[in-house]
Amino acid sequence: MRDAAPPPPPRALFVDARLICPASGLDEVGALLVDDGKIAAVGRDAQGQVDGAEIVSCRGQILAPGLIDVGAFVGEPGAEHRETIATASEAAAAGGVTTIVTRPDTTPSVDAPEIVDYLKRRARDTASVNVHPMAALTKGLAGKEMTEIGLLLEAGAVAFSDGPRTIASARVMRRAMTYARDFDALVCCHVEDADLTAGGAMNEGEFASRLGLPGRPKAAEALILERDIRLAALTGARYHASLITCAESVAIIAKAKADGLPVTCGASIAHLTLNENDVGEYRTFFKLSPPLRHEDDRLALVQALAEGVIDIVVSAHDPQDVETKRRPFAEAEDGAIGLETMLAAGLRLVHSGEVPLARLLAAMSTRPAALLGLPGGSLKVGAPADLVVIDPDAPWVLDAASLRSKSKNTPFDGARLSGRATRTVVAGRTVHAYGRPSG
Amino acid sequence: MEPEPNPLFVFPHRHLLGVAGLSPQDIEGLLAAAEDAVALSRQFEKKRVSLRGRTQINLFFENSTRTQSSFEIAGKRLGADVMNMSVGSSSIKKGETVLDTAATLNAMRPDIIVVRHHAAGAVALLAQKVDCSVINAGDGAHEHPTQALLDALTIKRAKGRIEGLVVAICGDVLHSRVARSNIILLNALGARVRVVAPSTLLPAGVERLGVTTYRTMREGLKDADVVMMLRLQLERMDGSYVPSVKEYFAHFGLDAQKLAYAKPDAVVMHPGPMNRGVEIASEVADGPRSLIRDQVEMGVAVRMAVLEALGGRLRNA
Repeated sequence: MRDAAPPPPPRALFVDARLICPASGLDEVGALLVDDGKIAAVGRDAQGQVDGAEIVSCRGQILAPGLIDVGAFVGEPGAEHRETIATASEAAAAGGVTTIVTRPDTTPSVDAPEIVDYLKRRARDTASVNVHPMAALTKGLAGKEMTEIGLLLEAGAVAFSDGPRTIASARVMRRAMTYARDFDALVCCHVEDADLTAGGAMNEGEFASRLGLPGRPKAAEALILERDIRLAALTGARYHASLITCAESVAIIAKAKADGLPVTCGASIAHLTLNENDVGEYRTFFKLSPPLRHEDDRLALVQALAEGVIDIVVSAHDPQDVETKRRPFAEAEDGAIGLETMLAAGLRLVHSGEVPLARLLAAMSTRPAALLGLPGGSLKVGAPADLVVIDPDAPWVLDAASLRSKSKNTPFDGARLSGRATRTVVAGRTVHAYGRPSG
Repeated sequence: MEPEPNPLFVFPHRHLLGVAGLSPQDIEGLLAAAEDAVALSRQFEKKRVSLRGRTQINLFFENSTRTQSSFEIAGKRLGADVMNMSVGSSSIKKGETVLDTAATLNAMRPDIIVVRHHAAGAVALLAQKVDCSVINAGDGAHEHPTQALLDALTIKRAKGRIEGLVVAICGDVLHSRVARSNIILLNALGARVRVVAPSTLLPAGVERLGVTTYRTMREGLKDADVVMMLRLQLERMDGSYVPSVKEYFAHFGLDAQKLAYAKPDAVVMHPGPMNRGVEIASEVADGPRSLIRDQVEMGVAVRMAVLEALGGRLRNA
């Protein structure tokens, strides 16, 4: 917990670093000077600026903008048994994430300015990383009446979303988008027709049929995405599909972008690195919403990420306590945690040669910053000193029990991973250093 | 004289959770043992002592008088102490989970638990948490292995073989664990399996499970040796999956006219309980080519074979 009047952040010189700034295209070995919580000098300008600074040797590792994760569930208010802002931020720091954008589907939902204010105060008092709330797009996430978008923005909401719920009514969606446009607010949506997927437990197809599980067809995603893109064209609102999961959606987004529409999308690290076969014998930690898809869909997502059709990569962090996962598959809760594993899992795509490193880092920092109007996401002078030092090759085996999240529902338990965040810096302060206790 | 089980057959699994994972040798071994059980069951003295001192719990989260009594009789004929537990929905409402129930029963030290549950995968989940053997008596739309085994035994006794036979499975394949287990088992034994149903009642990618699909009984039953009907739940006939009982029976209900599309010596099967006049006409269900009552008899025999196979492992464990 931070004190009411924290001491000024230390002046620090990061040396022997491979500086990667996806925002400027910078990729060179050099130094970076942090002063007063901001980046004060980069590269040649930072060389030798020792002058009272703490010297941090990066030992040749990557120094990049801290990751920004959009749409993490942090449990506050109402589900503190699953996660708290404090535990989520510890997990984030350990995973190189310096900014969490929280999901609005809490209890109560983030549909009033005072709840945004509550979250900001809780974050100030308990979080070690930056926390920005997303607010609900409709009151109580009921999909009927729009929220006070203007007042919520003034309170500090950075985007609007009904979380894991799709607004069923095209009329409500249109009005909310039209209104949001006046504020240039970003509308983020879960794209899956809840009626068409009702009762579904996993991706519809051969594998679900073998397991005797009711399926969720990909068409349910495509048809909401197509509807919403038409509404984006109609209203001019900035529209972001929170999670796309299949090849059809990639094609739809690519076309919308080619048509010049204000449309972006995200993909979760789980959908980029796992497929429906991972469900195996009813393993509920692989039960997600939308569900894990066919391997062909995963490959399409990876290619779309490499080509920039997918704008951002998210953890889709969704802590579930063990009781709601230890049930028959169809009755278990959806969701997986991901804040702490997002970077390491994402590096799999870099090591396999499918996604360039700078592209991955851009999708986890620069792009989400631009999309949400956040100050981080670059190594430019004057930017906040939200940084991550990455050892891209460090081999490790994930042990779910060692994760910082209050819930341990990771689909990567026992996974062999290469690469991790070795140091995470928020506003010039080190909040995580591998091998040392965080904080 | 009491027939003795084949001493060379050792069932290599601790549980019977599905047909998937059984080798043709496992299946043949169980079917051979079931033949012995048929003979035993037809004697005046029906009891064997192979499960004496063992406790068998029939744990039914979903009601099924037929399957439960079949397992009960099977266990008792082998000398086991059989207890029936119908959990129904009462404990679920109290918030008790499958695993809580499993832990509670496990503490009573049973040797075999027979489980039926409405959710696919629930029986496998329970099996992970108990120390005894578990038999899947039906989990959601996933598997019902003893039904598939008893169907295979019935076919084998009627036709002398299974390999090369054309078996048409007709009706609600989408929601049917019986269909899934039968598709796997019949394929393993070399039958040619067809499914005949309106497309709304077929699961996605069903062809990949090893069947040919047909949308009419005329095509689907042509040259069939075995016609296996599936039960259609009444609540699925109100326009949600098929328009009406009338239309379903007209197109997919098995009557004498449709049965005539099959081979002249084709046999008719149904896992029960039947909806007469919905998926099957009484003239066929009670007709000379119906094996429906044989299936019930084979059910007890197959369950005896399975219980004994798992019980045999208990001794060796």
